Amino acid sequence: MTDLTRLSLKSLRDGLAKKDFTALEATNAYLASIEAANEKLNAYIAVTAEQAREMAKASDAKLAKGESGALEGVPLGIKDLFATKGIHTQAASHILDGFKPEYESTVTSNLWRDGAVMLGKLNMDEFAMGSSNESSYYGPVMNPWRAESGNKDLVPGGSSGGSAAAVAAWLCAGATATDTGGSIRQPAAFTGTVGIKPTYGRCSRWGIVAFASSLDQAGPIARTVEDSAILLQSMSGFDAKDSTSADIAVPDFAAAVERGVKGLTIGVPKEYRMDGMPEEIEKLWQEGLEWLKAEGATVKDISLPHTKYALPAYYIVAPAEASSNLARYDGVKYGLRVTGKDITDLYELTRAAGFGREVKRRVMIGTYVLSAGYYDAYYVRAQKVRTLIKKDFEDAFNAGVDAILTPATPSAAFGIADQEMNADPVKMYLNDIFTVTVNMAGLPGIAVPAGKDSAGLPLGLQLIGKPFDEETLFAAGRVIEKSANLDLAPAKWW
Amino acid sequence: MSVDADTVRRIGRLARIRITEEEVAAYEGELNAILGFVEQLGEVDVSGVEPMTSVTPMQLRRREDKVTDGGYAEKIVANAPISEDNFFMVPKVVE
Repeated sequence: MTDLTRLSLKSLRDGLAKKDFTALEATNAYLASIEAANEKLNAYIAVTAEQAREMAKASDAKLAKGESGALEGVPLGIKDLFATKGIHTQAASHILDGFKPEYESTVTSNLWRDGAVMLGKLNMDEFAMGSSNESSYYGPVMNPWRAESGNKDLVPGGSSGGSAAAVAAWLCAGATATDTGGSIRQPAAFTGTVGIKPTYGRCSRWGIVAFASSLDQAGPIARTVEDSAILLQSMSGFDAKDSTSADIAVPDFAAAVERGVKGLTIGVPKEYRMDGMPEEIEKLWQEGLEWLKAEGATVKDISLPHTKYALPAYYIVAPAEASSNLARYDGVKYGLRVTGKDITDLYELTRAAGFGREVKRRVMIGTYVLSAGYYDAYYVRAQKVRTLIKKDFEDAFNAGVDAILTPATPSAAFGIADQEMNADPVKMYLNDIFTVTVNMAGLPGIAVPAGKDSAGLPLGLQLIGKPFDEETLFAAGRVIEKSANLDLAPAKWW
Repeated sequence: MSVDADTVRRIGRLARIRITEEEVAAYEGELNAILGFVEQLGEVDVSGVEPMTSVTPMQLRRREDKVTDGGYAEKIVANAPISEDNFFMVPKVVE
């Protein structure tokens, strides 16, 4: 029998519908590969084997009756940021020790409604703050990819590092993830997977642990563009419980995948050509443009003049919102509690013990930029810059651009415990230089594997679209995927 | 703008995170590295620019002002480290 874990989500779903195999068989195959791999990869921080088998059996019953949903019997991994009723939900933080929500997030509810099976909760950077998955209380995730010559452990990117690693290493058919500054697209690029951050408001934020509410969006990580379209379809939709949820119809994303790019205008922003950008990234970008042109797209040079200010503005807006959102972790309502001599002592000791270093740093920055006397100079100014960043994109789209092509990351995956990154927080933040603009403007962005570097590590390209035009991203992403025609199976060392 | 050791202690108090004396210097360096990085926003001409309040053009939805949820206090306190009779328990705050 074929290894069911190697099938694309689409093939798995179609095989289930044709009864080539059962949902329980598929779930058991994934549980076995998790069992064999997780000690080394550390992608899952909770495996819900018993529940997964129950859900798979329920799916088999539905499949037998011909009542299957769009994801019936498909085994998925869920980022630890999503509230899952009665199951480990800790945002990979110590401060949420033992937290088991009494409710289910809207996005995961949508997936279960469509018949998906939950395998477990995936590792991530603590509270989604990080670009290497090293800030997790549960330890770092290993990238399934290694350089062709060598056995050095590499990071899978972050914050959705567990999601990306699990998808790349065949430990789930697809995964949920979230993206505040690049947390879906950067790990997807580092692991040779596809990740899409939809338009702000496309997926409900209800039941997702909040980091920076004006930037946070959920989306899928999957092995193909088509798989990511199928997953986003189920995850999306209006939700009255999220006040910023968009009340607009969700199109048939999968139907857009093979639409092609004939007649589309692809923008190439000159500001993304950074000083000191590695030659192989530049080459990859040019190749991507050639592929799109060969399929009938027109390429147009554009300017997004405020690009360089997106990352500094982000490092005011995101920590400011985080400091406010994370005020709720006080040792009283849930999670960890460190007893002190009075209530203030209890708060301070609990938060000192419960938050990791990166989270504390960001809460402190956020507290500072919002404090009396600094609010206008930092926060208000950053929000004005954000208006200008959004306007840059609007001007490009108004001038006839349908989508924008950029590199996804400034490099391939780097090593675990990289000394330069750890010594300077700003170095780590620069990982998101190409992705963060998209969150600041609320736009959709997809990262698609497009090539490999000289060490054989995957590299991704990013496509940025108009608000609520994820369809064009799937169509153009598919052209890149098809043209690159890469072997995206990491050599198994785990 | 940059922060000094006293400011680090003050931010720690405002954020309700206990910062030990040994940690102050490291935080001072890290926070100043980040503040140094964001300083470049000062170059941008923002005169006449409205600060962003919503990333997508939308009006906050309104609903009728009535209770639509609740009645399950036991679920609310289910994850509390210490609770009693559906109340959260904290150290004495009023003498």
